[in-house]
Amino acid sequence: MKQFAELFMNLDRTNKTNAKVELMRNYFLTAPDEDKMWALTLFTGRRPSFKVNRTQVKEWAAAEADIPMWLFQESYHSVGDLGETISLILPGNGSDDSDKSLTDWFYYLSLLPGMTDEEKHAHILQAWAQLSQHETFVFNKLLMGSFRIGVSQTLVVRALAEATSTDANVIAHRVMGQWDPLGTTFEKLILDEGENDNASRPYPFFLAYPIEGDVAGLGNPEDWFVEWKWDGIRSQIIYRNNELFIWTRGEELSTDKFPELHFLSSVLPNGTVLDGEIVSYQDNKPMPFNVLQTRIGRKNLSKKVLEEAPVAFIAYDIMEANGVDIRNLTQLQRRTQLEEIHENMPVQAVFNLSPLVEFKEWSTLHHLHPTSRENIAEGFMIKRKSSTYQVGRKKGDWWKWKIDPLSVDAVLIYAQKGSGRRAELFTDYTFAVWGEDGKLIPFAKAYSGLTDVEIGQVDYFIKRNVLEKFGPVRTVKPELVFEIGFEGINESTRHKSGIAVRFPRILRWRKDKKAHEADTLESLKGILEKYK
Amino acid sequence: MAKQSLLQFTGKSIYCAQADAHIDPWIPVDRAIITHAHSDHARWGSRHYLAHKDSEAILRLRLGPDISLQTVEYGEKFVINGVTFSLHPAGHIIGSAQVRVEYKGEVWVASGDYKLENDHFSTPFEPVKCNVFITESTFGLPIYKWQPQQKIFSEINNWWAQNKEQEKASILMGYSLGKMQRILKGIELKDPVIYAHGAIYMLNERLRQAGFDLPELTLVTKDTDKKLFRGALVLAPPSVDSSTWIRKFNPYSLGYCSGWMALRGAKNRRAVDQGFVLSDHVDWPDLNTAVIESGAEKVYVTHGYTSIFSRWLNEKGIEAGEVSTMYGNEEETEDRAEGVGPEAEGIENRTDLSPIPDDPDLKLT
Repeated sequence: MKQFAELFMNLDRTNKTNAKVELMRNYFLTAPDEDKMWALTLFTGRRPSFKVNRTQVKEWAAAEADIPMWLFQESYHSVGDLGETISLILPGNGSDDSDKSLTDWFYYLSLLPGMTDEEKHAHILQAWAQLSQHETFVFNKLLMGSFRIGVSQTLVVRALAEATSTDANVIAHRVMGQWDPLGTTFEKLILDEGENDNASRPYPFFLAYPIEGDVAGLGNPEDWFVEWKWDGIRSQIIYRNNELFIWTRGEELSTDKFPELHFLSSVLPNGTVLDGEIVSYQDNKPMPFNVLQTRIGRKNLSKKVLEEAPVAFIAYDIMEANGVDIRNLTQLQRRTQLEEIHENMPVQAVFNLSPLVEFKEWSTLHHLHPTSRENIAEGFMIKRKSSTYQVGRKKGDWWKWKIDPLSVDAVLIYAQKGSGRRAELFTDYTFAVWGEDGKLIPFAKAYSGLTDVEIGQVDYFIKRNVLEKFGPVRTVKPELVFEIGFEGINESTRHKSGIAVRFPRILRWRKDKKAHEADTLESLKGILEKYK
Repeated sequence: MAKQSLLQFTGKSIYCAQADAHIDPWIPVDRAIITHAHSDHARWGSRHYLAHKDSEAILRLRLGPDISLQTVEYGEKFVINGVTFSLHPAGHIIGSAQVRVEYKGEVWVASGDYKLENDHFSTPFEPVKCNVFITESTFGLPIYKWQPQQKIFSEINNWWAQNKEQEKASILMGYSLGKMQRILKGIELKDPVIYAHGAIYMLNERLRQAGFDLPELTLVTKDTDKKLFRGALVLAPPSVDSSTWIRKFNPYSLGYCSGWMALRGAKNRRAVDQGFVLSDHVDWPDLNTAVIESGAEKVYVTHGYTSIFSRWLNEKGIEAGEVSTMYGNEEETEDRAEGVGPEAEGIENRTDLSPIPDDPDLKLT
């Protein structure tokens, strides 16, 4: 555990990608195989659930520290991380002499689900008593936390590739898909050569970079394909060994969520893997993302939901044909194969081919780009005809040219302290626009978009201009104006403003504007009428 | 008519009306009693100052060589219009004091900033019995529990040794006044030459001139040969990390000594390589100890987690209230006092030891 706790703290401390890869590589070179497997499980977001109730754990910790719950909550607000808060308030931890390995601790935790509450309580207290503060923190993360420490799957893959002297693409493929640390070993998962028989295993997605400068800088227009950038869920459809699998970009196996697409298992040739977008689709055209949103996350897809938000697949690439990995063919060659599959498709309404945008000059694209929203698209995807299908976000062959977000100027009215890196600073803001009655009406929360210096300045202002406190929330003197950008807008009965915006974020601090110069609810409704 | 409080929170100081004296005023007044020389407590422009004698050198450096300043020893009594005052060790920094105020048998103590652990440079904290105790609560949450300083000093020693092996400079940040003297007394000074940023160098020189036992430091200047920084220890005030000054030390490891380093979030936000949890303020257990040992039946909490700590005390059966003051912006005001703000470039070339005044236009809210 000490070695893993140290790795965790070191990873947490550095922002440098290369340093992170080196730390993980060293870990994968020196840790016991069993521990490596568990580390990989955590870093790829596969932490098993141990069925503990967070509220109970909080209460146990507060009781151990002999403090009331409200004081525990205040402490939690300041720290911003539950596992860390508990590790800090517990009395007298730091015996530091437990030599249980990471694996040992996982087995220790795996006993929890079968226990009564009293047994769980004793089991967890016993662990806390054995661990130093840092180890307690890591233990709490294993128990119930998320492992957000700026380690992306790509970095883990790089570190593993370096540690095992294996090609990164091969490793990326091996760690994807469904596997269970208890059902396999590091050796089998990462080191075993030969075809893995796991038919469900997807390919890593190829991701586009935002275009830099003008699109004309890409050279000869004839070298490029251009498609609309669809606003849905990036998905991979796999048909192998007579079984259909649908994976989404978040690496979730979501086959059950899209019954409309299950017919594909009777029409796709065996050994086919397609890349595309699942969108809500009606009357032969895509619909805005918020229609799709109504069915994401639902456990039960009722008849009503399926009727109101039907989906379709828009295919734009093919990675495997007839059981052969064809990612090394060119975009042009792959497109030809994809078109063939589409032509042979009996139900084309639910299986669409992402059409190519006709253009001879770049200026045509300039002309068309502003019509993206009317086409329910987020802009263009620009793909080099000679490009292979690569792994992860790579520069040069796939570009995305997104439309500018919608925006309004709004006033900062509530603030709350952030978490993690930004604990102790007010970084979570609520913004408001002016209503007809001259009152400020909150309409969006936003966390990101300011530089560290600006965050410091806003924090300084907030701490001196608090009007009221409600728990962790502060009402702030309405003075600062920010331009708030968002991707989509919709009616909402749950919000006071009657409006819900999608992906709100701070575009810039309008230091040149006074609060009364901010936008009105009416102007927001104007945007709603235009784009809903 | 209701009896007037012996000390009042007037929005510009902690004020004793009977003696017409202000404790740590944040605007210019006639008579100021200063708990310690940090710039959020010792502000510019008052007509007469009174402080502990060990504060004199720094007060004259920061507020001006010609200020009217009376100094006293710890425990020495002085009477103003029937009110008996005395200063008692607060253990926060050199010369720091709790102000004991007694009138007609009632005793109030304004403690300024303080810590209970003996740092072997400032005079150690002594509890003073009182009816009303005025306390800080900078780290007034149960998440703040300091390790014994010896443990932190050996962490610093190890960090420096490791950097030395890798031929990196060890840049150690901390407040110039207080933290740096504590570090110089606490860690193992393995090299004959210890480098310092201008702000720390000036302060150290001034304290040495005043007769305090501190090692001589070497000022980092534009002309210092960069090769000399390999493996060396460089002392710097906080916030040099966002200046261009720091670049000349490449390759380096950046350390920061502060109580805030107890939290991962704070550590990561500062983007330091190594955080050392060392504070000159009381932690949660010591804060509670100090309140209990004062024997006070009423407590006022002036800065830090004021509402939380007063609620905690009230629930424990000790009557407490929170008071809004201008104290506690130590980091901001200290940086300004040290001249490491935006106009700090070129400070290493200053040779005179004239004061760098605080911004007198500090907005009151």
